[in-house]
Parts: sequence; C-alpha cells; structure tokens
Amino acid sequence: MAEPLSFQRMILTLHDYWAEKGCVILQPYDMRMGAGTFHPATTLRALGPEPWNAAFVQPCRRPTDGRYGENPNRLQHYYQYQVILKPSPPDLQNLYLGSLAAIGIDFTRHDIRFVEDDWESPTLGAWGLGWEVWCDGMEVTQFTYFQQMGGFDCKPVAGELTYGLERLAMYIQNKDSVYDLAFNDQGVTYGDVFLENEKQMSKYNFEVADTETLFEGFRKAVAECENCLNNNVPIAAYEQAIEASHLFNLLQARGVISVAERQAYIGRVRDLAKGSCEAWIQHMTPSWQAKYPEWTI
Amino acid sequence: MTEDFLLELRSEEIPARMQEKARADLAALFEARLNALNLPFESIESYATPRRLALIVRGVAEMTAAASEERKGPRADAPAQAIEGFLRSTGLTREQLVERDDGKGNKVLFAVIDRPGIVAGSVLASAISHVITAFPWPKSMRWGAASETTESLRWVRPLQGIIALLGDKLVPVEVAGVKSASVTVGHRFHHPGGITIGSAADYIEKLRACHVIVDGAERRAIIAVGAKLAAQKAGLTLIEDEGLLFENAGLTEWPMPLLGRFDEAFLDVPPEVIQLTARVNQKYFVCRDSAGKLANAFVCVANIDAADGGEKIVEGNQKVLAARLSDARFFYETDLKTRLEDLTPKLEKIVFHEKLGTVADKVARVGMAAHSLMGHVIAPEDDALSAEAAQAAALSKADLVTGMVGEFPELQGLMGSYYAGAQGASANVALAIRDQYKPAGQSDALPEGPVAVAVSIADKLDSIASFFLAGMPPSGSRDPFALRRAALGVIRMIIANNLRFSVSALAGNCAESLVLQLASGERDVHAAAEALRGSSPPLTGHGARLDALLAGVNAKQGGYLASFEELRGAVRDFFADRLKVQQKEAGVRHDLIDAVFALGGEDDLVRLLARVKALQSFVTSEDGRNLLAGYKRAANILKKESWAPGEVADNEIYEAEPAEAALREALDAAEPKAEAAVEAEDYEAAMAALASLRAPIDTFFDDVTVVDPDEFKREMRLGLLARIRDAVNNVADFSKIEG
Repeated sequence: MAEPLSFQRMILTLHDYWAEKGCVILQPYDMRMGAGTFHPATTLRALGPEPWNAAFVQPCRRPTDGRYGENPNRLQHYYQYQVILKPSPPDLQNLYLGSLAAIGIDFTRHDIRFVEDDWESPTLGAWGLGWEVWCDGMEVTQFTYFQQMGGFDCKPVAGELTYGLERLAMYIQNKDSVYDLAFNDQGVTYGDVFLENEKQMSKYNFEVADTETLFEGFRKAVAECENCLNNNVPIAAYEQAIEASHLFNLLQARGVISVAERQAYIGRVRDLAKGSCEAWIQHMTPSWQAKYPEWTI
Repeated sequence: MTEDFLLELRSEEIPARMQEKARADLAALFEARLNALNLPFESIESYATPRRLALIVRGVAEMTAAASEERKGPRADAPAQAIEGFLRSTGLTREQLVERDDGKGNKVLFAVIDRPGIVAGSVLASAISHVITAFPWPKSMRWGAASETTESLRWVRPLQGIIALLGDKLVPVEVAGVKSASVTVGHRFHHPGGITIGSAADYIEKLRACHVIVDGAERRAIIAVGAKLAAQKAGLTLIEDEGLLFENAGLTEWPMPLLGRFDEAFLDVPPEVIQLTARVNQKYFVCRDSAGKLANAFVCVANIDAADGGEKIVEGNQKVLAARLSDARFFYETDLKTRLEDLTPKLEKIVFHEKLGTVADKVARVGMAAHSLMGHVIAPEDDALSAEAAQAAALSKADLVTGMVGEFPELQGLMGSYYAGAQGASANVALAIRDQYKPAGQSDALPEGPVAVAVSIADKLDSIASFFLAGMPPSGSRDPFALRRAALGVIRMIIANNLRFSVSALAGNCAESLVLQLASGERDVHAAAEALRGSSPPLTGHGARLDALLAGVNAKQGGYLASFEELRGAVRDFFADRLKVQQKEAGVRHDLIDAVFALGGEDDLVRLLARVKALQSFVTSEDGRNLLAGYKRAANILKKESWAPGEVADNEIYEAEPAEAALREALDAAEPKAEAAVEAEDYEAAMAALASLRAPIDTFFDDVTVVDPDEFKREMRLGLLARIRDAVNNVADFSKIEG
C-alpha cells in the first residue's frame, strides 16, 4: 500500500479533486469563525439562483473545545474542508465518495455509512437534511442539503460537504493523537505546528481573555452590523455577525454567560445573520432576476 | 389472468428510524389507492432498506371492471344552446345521443357513456404518482436543480430511481423528472453497477446476489444471531437491545456483526456510561462476562463483507470508541474533583420555569418537603433519616451541572449518585439521588429505600403543586410537564410503602414555600418567612396572610391560583382522578372507587384504597349482593315517597311488627359497630356489621308493608329504611355501585 498522505498532501489532493470537478478553490476567510459554514462563500452564496461551486479550507475556532494540548482529539483551533455545490448535483454522493478514494480510503476494507444527521444552526437561522458520514464508526464528514439559510428558503438547494481534516488524517495515517500527524512528508508534525498554539490559546480562551473587552467588542459588532445594514453593504454587515458570533463563543468559554442569557445572545447573533442575509438578498435580487426572470424570493 | 407488480423507490440513505413506518405507509397508501381506483389484487407486501422502499402487489387484475353510465339531457326540441352544453359536458356528438320517449309524449336526449375497464398499467402509474407526492415522511427535503422553486418534489432524501414492473412489463411513469425503469443498483460498494430486474419474482433474489438483503426482518435476524455468536465466541454474553437491532438493520443492506475490544482500564467508568456511549454515539451492542459484569467488548455492525474479514473495520471502531470513552473518563474524573455541594450554587442560574424560580429554589422546597415527609410520615422517630432526606434533596440536582450529565442528560441522577458515593455520602443518600426521578413510567421500578422514597415523592409533589399553583395543570392531551406521570409515581410509592398522609396538605406546603420564595426573593424558605415577618401584611401564620402574599405574586405576574384552599382542592381532585385511572388499570371496579370517593374530603390514599378493597370483596359476596339489593330497594322507596326526615318517633308508643322490631334491633346493634370500625379503619369489620343487616332487611321486606295506609306506620317504616340507607352510606356510597 502506498504511503499515507500527509496532512498538507491530503488538502492538496482534495483541492485537485474538487478543482477538477469545477469548483473554485478559495483560500480561508480572514476572520475567526466557529465553522466553515460561516464563510460568506457558503452562507451568502447559498442564497439566490446563481450556480456556485466552491471548495476551501476554513480554520475553525471553538474556544470551549480547547484542552491545553492535552487531549489527543480536541482542539480549540482546527481545520474544516468545505465544499459547496449549488444546485446540488444528482450524483453528489458519488462525487463525495470519489474524494475519499482520492485521499486513499479503500472501500473494500472500510465501512462507509451515511447516518442520519439533520443539521441546524440556530445562530445562522439555517437548517438542512443530510447525514454524518461514518468511516468505520468515525464521523469524517457532515453532508447536508441546505433547505434554509438566514431564515430564507434555498432556491435552489445547495449541497454542503464539511470534512473534519484532522480526524480524517488521523484515520488515514493511523495515528492516535492529532499532534503526531505528519504535516508534510519531511518530518514536520501537526504538534510541531500547533501544540504551542493550543496551549497558549486554551489559556487565553479560558483564563486570560478580558471579558469586559469581549462584551464591549460584542456590543460594537452589533452596532457596526446595524451601521452596515443601514448603508446597504450586506457583506460587511455579515462580517460583523461573524465577529459577534465568535466573541459570544469566547464569552461562553470564559463562563460569564448564564444559562438564561445564553438564548438571548444566540438570538441577537441570529438577528444579525438573518438581517445580513435579508439585506444580501434584497441587494442582489435585481441582478439575480435579470439573469433568472423566473426566480423569486 | 393476474400478474404481480413490483415497485422500488430508490433514494439516498433513508434515516434508520423512519424505515419501518415508511414501509408500512407505502403498503397502506398503495392499497388505499388501488381500492379507490377499483383495481382488484390479492395482497401487498413491502420492504425497506437504507436505500430503497419496495412494494410487491400480488395477483393484480388485468384491468378495472367496465362500467356503463346513462345521463339524461335536455329535450330533443330544446334550444340549440342547451343541447350544445350537454354535448360539451358529456364529450359526445349529437349523433351519439339516444332519443327516448319520456312517457308524456316528449322526446328526451340521453347520453350513454360506456366506461371501459382501465388497464392495470395505467392505474398503477397513476397510483405511483399519487403515493409519491402524498407520502407522509416525518421530515422531507428538496434537492437539485428543480429546487429553484419550493414547489418541487419533496422526499426524505433525493429520489434516485423508480422500478415499476407489472409482470415483466415496464409501467411507464415519471415523477419529478425520475422515469421508471427496470434497472436498480446493488450494494453501494459490493455492487455499484446497474442490475436489471425481470419482474417481482426475481427482485429479492437478484438483489441478494448483489449483497442487498431487501427484507428488514431478515437483516434483523442476521444481526441478532451474528452478534450473539460473536459474543459467544469471545466467551461473553451479548446484552440484547431491540432498538439497536432495528437501528443497525436500518443502516445496513448487508449486515456483518463484528466483535471489538476496548481497554479494560475504561471499566473504571460507570458501566451505564460505557453502555450509553456505545449505544447512543456508536450504535454498538455491549456484552457481559461470565460473572455478569460489563465486559470490555462491543459488537458493531458493518455494512460490508470486507476483503480482510473486517480487521481494519474493527481496528477503526475500537479507536473511535476508545476516544469516546476517554472523553467520558475525562468528564467522570473531572466531575469527581468537585464536590456536589460546591456545584449547587450553579443551580441558582438555571431557571426551573419562569413563573417558578430557579432549580436552586426548587431544591430548597424539595428539601423541606422530604424532611417533613420523613419526619412525620415515613420514619417519625428517626432523626438521622430525616437529616439524610434533607441532605439527599439538597444534593439531588447538583449533577445537572456536571460535565457528564451535560454530555448525557439521560444520566441525571445516576451520575449524582456515583459522585455522592465517591465523595463519602451514605448509601441512603446516594440511592436517593439515583432514584429521585423514578418511577419514570408505569413499568419502571420504584425508588429503593426510605430516603429515596421521601425525595422522589417530595420532588414530584413539589412539581405538581408548583405548576398547579401557577395555573399550568395538565389539560386534555396536553401534559407538558409530565404531571400525570408524576402523580401516578407518587400514588405507586404511597401504596407500596403504605404511607399515611394527605397529599394535598404536603402539596399545599410546597406551594406555600414557593410563594414565600417568590414574594421575598429569598431561596431559603425559613429566611423567606423571616424576611416577610415584618412586612405588610405581617406574616405570622398561615391562611389568609399567605393568600395575601399569593395575591401579591399574582399582581406582579398573573395566572396563579387565587388561594391555597383552591390549590389543595385542585390537587385532591387531580389525585382522585389519577387514582381512579390507576386502579381501573389494576382491575378495580370503577363504580366501587366512585362509591368510596363520593364520601368526599379524603386524600389519605392508603385508607381510601383499603376501603375500596374491603368493599370489593363485600359486594361480590352473597351477603353483599343481597344487602346491595335491599339497600337499592330501600333507597328507591324513599325516593318514590319523597321521604324527608320528620319528627322523631318514640319507640315506646309504637307497636312494631316482629320483622320491624328485629330490623330496628339489628340496626341499633350494627350502626355503632360499623361506625367504630370505620373510625378504626377496619373496613372488613365495617362490612361485617353491614352484613348483619342483610337477613333482617330481607325478612322486613318479606313480612312488612312499608307503604302502609296508616300514615304514622308508614312514616315510621320509611324512617327505618332511611336508617338502612344512612348506615350503609356511612361506609360507602352504595348508590354508585352497579348491579
């Protein structure tokens, strides 16, 4: 059997695979966010009639998942590989399986399963139906047909694939700890690149981050989002929703948001995201309808 | 000649939990449709796998029965417009109409419309479209290019293909761009290419040859047997799990049970946690060793006959479970580091219900109620048990804020008891924390030990009292806080432990504590009472002042009941109602329960049931049946005569007939006996006293004319009947008893 792919080679292979299938290969969005779905190339582009096929890596920040580098599976910063195909192609499952084969998964020796997992993001006002894809009992991908985004029906529906890159790499390389992953083929490990980062950032997220600054940041993001909405720049407004969402996550990690307040914060982030989506739709509708006269909100 | 019809609706993976219902729905919808379209057939069977729903209709007739219909039109000499309208509505031409005499000399036009039988193929095609578009998936979705409108077809996941074969002929149909064909696919990896199906007859076997077992029952049997064998081979016993069987059968077309192991060191984690992690997160079965303990093994069900015999698959699954278990162990060990009492302040931040304060408030009330229940009812002489009840209640909800319960909410109570035990709590306290939510249903076990019973009853009664007070009792089919189940649990515990107390009084205490908390903002009920002592109205006791506080709470946020008396009454009625339901299910005659309930004011459930029980054995006895007959006769006469108690007659001046005198003597003897027996709660004795009346009553009715022409005699005899009625009613309201 060929040498398993290094972490970076796996990413490059996925890029090649999806580029060949017609996706634009984007670079990560330059903001802190909890999931690749927050990337405007997913959220905003999932709306409207225009076809859109894209693939990109998105670093994800989950402050409460930090374990100071001591847990072999949990990280406060990790990578998702995100593919969005709109409208969802009829052979999406096979396209996806082709990508697994490309990174070295042998379907005669492994057990691939599509297990029901309906996706819902309360902060994005979004939901879809799909599966978590299991490889020998491990969830390696979230596979979703978006039905709504920002509270609006997706017309047409987009298919979204979210690969957990570290998990997949641990699987392919047969490693028990994420830090032992071969990052490249020249001996650099994932730990070499990120262990110190995990230690410091876990400490920052849980212990250091100044909560007053975070609260202030949250308020400012809310205000700035409104400012952007008032001035009809929905992409900029949406960036503030991303910002507010991340600050909320940090505040949660600092343990300063009570159970009762939690729903209220989620509601505010959702309002920002929904407002941005709505503004985006309104902003774009004339050009969408020029190209797709049949299309309506 | 009849033929068999095959339908396969192939889609992307159908959620396992939906497959069984979908299979049944498909058969039912199709059957209903064929009946509506008058196409005869013999039988229908249906199947589901993760990737297909299939249906076979046996013995489909060639066509629907032909029918002929006549429609009367206008007269032959009617205006052209009327005739044209008739032609349009019938689709015929003037030449095709028939003229008939209407018997009055007029020629009337008739349309004779022959409806020939419709061939089965087109009936089936229309049924297919109908069933697909009307299919009741619990959740469905749109997909693909067609989804640019929300009107596009919805299916559980994208619909990929339709096979529709009548005999060996294709039934042409197209639904949402999917055209029927005779080609399907086999197992996703074993046989990804197309398979041409000849007819219903070869469908199941052709698919089996391509690694698809169409019948879910067969897949379940394969898993059940295979998993058991895998465990046996390792010297272990499989812990059977019907739910897992269905779930795994819904995730596989070619199930292969495989045994894997995990590090024995994980067995330090409570077995319930391991089992739950394995079952919920991974859908694995777990096993017991020869000593009956949880073993470090699991059985997963793969969907492939792997080239290496499953070695890699087992390896991968072991790794996943190990990661899950180390997460669980991380939570367990982290949780163990914090004492439960140090977690309780966090409960102040969890709102129990917006009208009922926080979980910490509830914990304080439950503590008081459990303490008082123990001290006054369960073990009045045992101060240590009362203290344990208070302690257990205080710690009971702390595990809600532990990492483990955050991850697995269904482990609430259980984790608390592990943590309490590890932190030195007594066995009684740990048991009480474990069992506080029991019984979870009718068949669930009751809490073990006196402390657990006290805490469980207190917790449930507090919930009932609180939600009733806040105006949120169950109504109709709505019982969002599961109060009926809670009441049933309380009833079962009271009966099983023979607990003698008034449920409405204890519920009233809980409600009072709640109002004190709400009115003062103090969680501690004593502190709350203290804080309110100097307030206006001053709180120095119970009754009206508490009602005034309740009025204050109501003024701030409305919807609460108006008085504690109202609450106690409502709780009493609620329990009476639940008890009737519970006893009916246990086979007790409802009229007997009614007969005892009609006495009113009683909510010592133990006493109440003792009375019902004694009554049941009495009224089914010879004496009981006759007494009941005598009672009914007496009551009927009294009713007919509209008798009301008049002046009391003096026995001395009334010369009674022998049977009359005998009855009076019997009543004189029985009345105090029955009364004393009821007082002493000896209901058998009360019934025996009543039984002594039976013979004198029978003789009385045989020998004496009650409605005597002599008004005085009549009055006296009716008075005697009234004494019978009242003596009997003092034990139970016999008028409610049937028969």
